[in-house]
Amino acid sequence: MRRRAGALAPYFLVLPGGLWLAIFFVVPMAVMLSVSLQTGNVVDGFTQTFDVGVYADAITTYDTQFIRSLIFGLIATVATILLAYPMAYWIAFHAGRNKSNYLFLVLLPFFVSFVIRTVSWKFLLADDGIVLGNLKDAGLLPADFHVLATSFAVVAGLTYNFFPFMLLPIYVALERVDPRLLEAADDLYANRRGVFGRVVLPLSMPGVFAGFLLTFVPATSDFVNAYVLGGTNTTMIGNIIQTTYLTNADYPLASAVSFILMAVLLVGIFVYARLLGTRDVLELSAR
Amino acid sequence: MTATGDTVTGDADIRDAATGVPAAIELVGVAKDYQSRGRAVPAVSRVDLEIRSGEFFSLLGPSGCGKSTTLRMIAGFEEPTRGRILLQGRDVTAVPPNRRDVNLVFQSYALFPHLDVAGNVAFGLRRRGVKGRELRERVGSMLDLVELSELADRRPRELSGGQQQRVALARALVNRPAALLLDEPLGALDLKLRQTMQIQLKAIQREVGITFVYVTHDQGEALTMSDRIAVMNGGRVEQLASPRDIYERPRTRFVAGFIGTSNLLRRTVRAVDAAGPDGRPTVVLDAGVEERLSAPLHPQTGPLRAGDQVELTVRPEKIEMSATRPDGPGCALRGRIVEVVYLGTYTTYTVATHGGNEITVFWQNSTGASNIAERGDEIWLSWLPEHSYVLPESVDLPEADDQPEAIALPAAVALPEAVALPASVDPAEAVDPAAGTSTDPVAYRVSH
Repeated sequence: MRRRAGALAPYFLVLPGGLWLAIFFVVPMAVMLSVSLQTGNVVDGFTQTFDVGVYADAITTYDTQFIRSLIFGLIATVATILLAYPMAYWIAFHAGRNKSNYLFLVLLPFFVSFVIRTVSWKFLLADDGIVLGNLKDAGLLPADFHVLATSFAVVAGLTYNFFPFMLLPIYVALERVDPRLLEAADDLYANRRGVFGRVVLPLSMPGVFAGFLLTFVPATSDFVNAYVLGGTNTTMIGNIIQTTYLTNADYPLASAVSFILMAVLLVGIFVYARLLGTRDVLELSAR
Repeated sequence: MTATGDTVTGDADIRDAATGVPAAIELVGVAKDYQSRGRAVPAVSRVDLEIRSGEFFSLLGPSGCGKSTTLRMIAGFEEPTRGRILLQGRDVTAVPPNRRDVNLVFQSYALFPHLDVAGNVAFGLRRRGVKGRELRERVGSMLDLVELSELADRRPRELSGGQQQRVALARALVNRPAALLLDEPLGALDLKLRQTMQIQLKAIQREVGITFVYVTHDQGEALTMSDRIAVMNGGRVEQLASPRDIYERPRTRFVAGFIGTSNLLRRTVRAVDAAGPDGRPTVVLDAGVEERLSAPLHPQTGPLRAGDQVELTVRPEKIEMSATRPDGPGCALRGRIVEVVYLGTYTTYTVATHGGNEITVFWQNSTGASNIAERGDEIWLSWLPEHSYVLPESVDLPEADDQPEAIALPAAVALPEAVALPASVDPAEAVDPAAGTSTDPVAYRVSH
């Protein structure tokens, strides 16, 4: 009896989380899948028709937004890598005893609500706000210059908001690099670039990989940044889902768009993992 | 500048001039201070060394003696606070590690976890632009040498400790450096494997003919493999000599205590005979009735006079025991056995002499040797004078602030009664004679 209980213990550990996911993830997914295959409207009600035409509609109608979202998400992710990597590197290798203080400083703004931070950006970047307004008054910028409602504003907002999700995993990966490996590379004739390129970078790739997933997926499906900082030409797929669902109450279409987005992201991540994952990248780095 | 430091440099210079070959590595007045809370703490006080081309050279000492720091300065990871480092006659003091023709085998191996065995071994060659067929051949033959060819595509974490150790060795050796530096490379291995690796390392060194500089705190390791050993303590070299000389003629009290087991007898000089029984200078020491105690007087010991306090060292395995007083001109002391410990291949006897010392004797349990004596027996101890060595008292206490380090004997001195330390264990007392005549560093050099 005791033995039986011991053998089952691992399953008991999984149970609470498993139930949670089943109730709040699997069930809603099934419901959404079912909704996406219904036809009707809010007034008359929806009926299950298994009409897959809605998926084709979704793609042909919103292909621009799909592609834009992927591009914005990709640019923002690459930008966070470029900004976060050097910073994580500096904190991990050169911040000495103040490492945790610097990390805290980086994370401090993120204790403020996501929406509030984005809205405050809107004030900062407003056409006649404190930055642009003053620059225009000083004659440094043309009067019709604007940042809000541009792709730049949206991508910049995404970059800013997902920055810590890139910084932390890279930092953790760099922090785990044994300094003696750097000495060993130095001893084996590697110059500074060689030490970085052949040892530090490959060993920190798992962190970059994790950071990429944590940033790219939510940035691509984000709607707050495009909603607050963007305009009609910067609408992302997240905004489409939101308006279709909440404003137009076209539940089947909204669900279909959601599923397409999920499928695209999953395929993208799978390809990315196969291309950049694990061993092959590390082997290449040694050449 | 210390007495020992001076003598070491002197010896090395003479030898070097004789051969005319430039030293593989030369350390000239090298010192390293670390900054700790605004104060400079010396890790290496002053080291002068010449390491000859092709030799297996060991830096031996307890932890904190400065041996690893010295090695890291040779590798280029630490910059000396003072002094110069020369590699094959070229001053490399300011040259970074990646442009020094030496390679280091790290204590923890520091293998690249993201590369397989072949990738690790090829790392240094690739950085120097070796590629294609030459790269494959050199890596391949190096893996053959360390018997790892079958594991070429394994990752370090898939290897045992001994295998990782050999990868680390191969990764450094494949570059054919002017000198290979090894920082306690066998420290993490278990005893059996360590002993096997000692023999392999020595064989590999002989085969490739590269200068090895080996840092260890394990005297057995140093004695087994080295051509020469520098025994370090408190940031200085205490003695630099062949393993045999280090063992049989320890020049300082520290060396006598650190290497193997030594008996230390504190005695007064009765007479100095410029031409002893064998025509060489001999010191005769105070001893009891019918007892004889003498030792050859070596130039390094310096001038001695009747009445000087000295310490006599003699190794436990050099001592004979007999029930009756032995004939001949050798040393002979009388004592009573106070302890007998049977240890398989040999038995240790602890004998209290009438002069108040405790002497340890290792008695080989070979065929025919029976249990010759019991606890409580009166016995005679004898040994040949040339197996003992006279240390002027407190020769290794050149500066007042060094005393605790110089006296603290490390754990390596395992047998409890082995070193019967006389009263001079008390630092305060040890200084007294030091203030007198015989410890002036200059005195040793005059007779050199």
